[in-house]
Amino acid sequence: MGNFGPAAREALKDGQLRSNFRRAMDGLMSKRAALFADQDEWTRLRALGESIKARALAQLPELLEKLEANCRKNGIQVHWAETTAQANDIILGLLQKRGAKTLVKGKSMVSEEMHLNAFLEGHGIEALETDLGEYVIQLDHEAPSHIIMPAIHKNKQQIARLFSEKIKEAQYTEDVDALTGMARQVLRRKFREADAGLSGVNFAVAETGTLCLVENEGNGRLCTTVPPLHIAVMGLEKVVERLEDVPPLISLLTRSATGQPITTYVNMITSPRRPGEKDGPEEVHLVILDNGRSRSYSDEQLRRTLQCIRCGACMNHCPVYTRVGGHAYNAPYPGPIGKILMPQIEGMEAKGELAHASSLCNACVEVCPVKIPIAELLVRLRTEGAHARADAPVLQPGAERSTAEALAWKMWSRMATSPTAWKMAGTMAGTFDPLMPEAFGPLADWKKGGRTRPRFAKKSLHRLLRDKGVPDA
Amino acid sequence: MPDARDSILSRLRAAPRGPAPGSDFSVMEDRFFPPEERLARLRKMMEAVSAEFFETTKADWPRFLHGLLVQQGIGSILYGPGSEAGQRLAEEWPEGGARAVAYDRPMDSFKEEMFNGVEAGLTSTLGGIAETGSLILWPSADEPRALSLVPPVHVALLDPDKLHNTFWQAMRALGWSQTQMPANALLVSGPSKTTDIEQTLAYGVHGPKRLIVLITR
Repeated sequence: MGNFGPAAREALKDGQLRSNFRRAMDGLMSKRAALFADQDEWTRLRALGESIKARALAQLPELLEKLEANCRKNGIQVHWAETTAQANDIILGLLQKRGAKTLVKGKSMVSEEMHLNAFLEGHGIEALETDLGEYVIQLDHEAPSHIIMPAIHKNKQQIARLFSEKIKEAQYTEDVDALTGMARQVLRRKFREADAGLSGVNFAVAETGTLCLVENEGNGRLCTTVPPLHIAVMGLEKVVERLEDVPPLISLLTRSATGQPITTYVNMITSPRRPGEKDGPEEVHLVILDNGRSRSYSDEQLRRTLQCIRCGACMNHCPVYTRVGGHAYNAPYPGPIGKILMPQIEGMEAKGELAHASSLCNACVEVCPVKIPIAELLVRLRTEGAHARADAPVLQPGAERSTAEALAWKMWSRMATSPTAWKMAGTMAGTFDPLMPEAFGPLADWKKGGRTRPRFAKKSLHRLLRDKGVPDA
Repeated sequence: MPDARDSILSRLRAAPRGPAPGSDFSVMEDRFFPPEERLARLRKMMEAVSAEFFETTKADWPRFLHGLLVQQGIGSILYGPGSEAGQRLAEEWPEGGARAVAYDRPMDSFKEEMFNGVEAGLTSTLGGIAETGSLILWPSADEPRALSLVPPVHVALLDPDKLHNTFWQAMRALGWSQTQMPANALLVSGPSKTTDIEQTLAYGVHGPKRLIVLITR
């Protein structure tokens, strides 16, 4: 079983962490809101974005085959992986074939899902994160706490201290331009010397065999342009049907994620270096990862999880995420998307508890640019966690079932379906209420937040009405 | 791994599926900026992220650029000698001042100089996008990818008559899905930037620190 509860309680005690997240999330929410001020445009663009992803999912196997065929025609080699272990092996094989010792990485959440860096280091290959936020947390041996801004949990004093300790000849400074300059200096040499580059994929276009990447820093372009070998990894849900599907999705993605009308770079890769060209990688490979996605796909409701374009707006607006931060989830994808994705990827035993880390307030649903019904999916996953059944589209269905809870609900259901039992229980509760302890069982936990226990009324509503002369129905 | 491919695809094919929904692109079609306002809009959007603009003419831009580099203390510029812009630059570049460096061999043979030796790179553009303030670049054998990526300053030529309303409309007007896409197509909307340290904006983290746009009338 997981440990979200204890981790969340620990995080809540960390005032610095809470203020770092609060400030960041407030900024991101207001920047996003400013760019979707036109409600009519937002409504129509969002409907379009949803339809594009739903259309791609409705033809998913055909589009993946088309993507593969067009990539091959363009000279991009395509590989398929059922599991993260297979994907890691494919990448290791490609690197070893070229004798590669260093890999520069652009931001890729799928590679986090694969724990690729640790795997490669185990095989003597240096995997270096080059996105500034990812670089910061890699220096500190941490996991990302946000899918778009991985180092959002740190303030500049913490980063200044880290750089002065870990970067050779670096002086302590809190000047953001100077800190950025230090990272630039270290990483430019790495880009120049690296044997291979790795990137994620934001959208893969079946029609043309084109891989689209959005970014602001230019590290993604450097990773996909300078080294002789480029490996792109994507979850199988990243495919879209046509090139003209990409601009509306990019618009939804960049505005939702960081409140930018567009990112500095939109990088569209269709082939390796062509004859006569002077730069670009000699080899480009695309690794398509399943890792549980086809299992989710088998269920029409859970399939909607695969509409996600990874903008992070759901976490930016989540009252739980904002207070506990990303690390409490202990998962590559935190926040609302993580709460529905992780149980489906890793199973109910390891991650089913994340589906409960929500008040179902619906804030994430309101801002999702592709209308994923996150709250409905949370409830669905809670149900899958409580009921074992043979053909469930999740791993370890029923893993969260508790005998005591099941018994309590069974008793409740008996009582609530028998008027005599209901009446008797009501009378007893009213009579013995003053004798009941202030808190016991799960109530004790609930009361710790400073709440007072609700009291049972001395007389039930039925009784009060009868006393007033209203006849029972 | 052929078996992984086949088993993934067969699982996907076995899932229940309804008909693919249609998409209403009218919100993309409706976006419109009158032609006379497009340049101002593009400038405003790009200047908001620190891109710099200069006005020159189609006849005079190489001399203008030379003067600008000298004035700004930029000592060298990398260019693609096979491109139309590169040929103009080579022919009309004045003696002295800033040095013009031809990108005439594979990057692998002069990575060191490219990363540490040249201060600027010149590219043409296919046009611009008013809505988001973006330049469209199609690098090629004659105008390689690194010109807009590796040197600390990127200088881009923009023909003000080639401005589109939106990315979507530009893609359709230029018929991208019907033509062979280049190895790498790009939109560039400013200099390299990051907000990864405390959401504070900093320019030039990995790519160019400055983006200079020359409007060629």
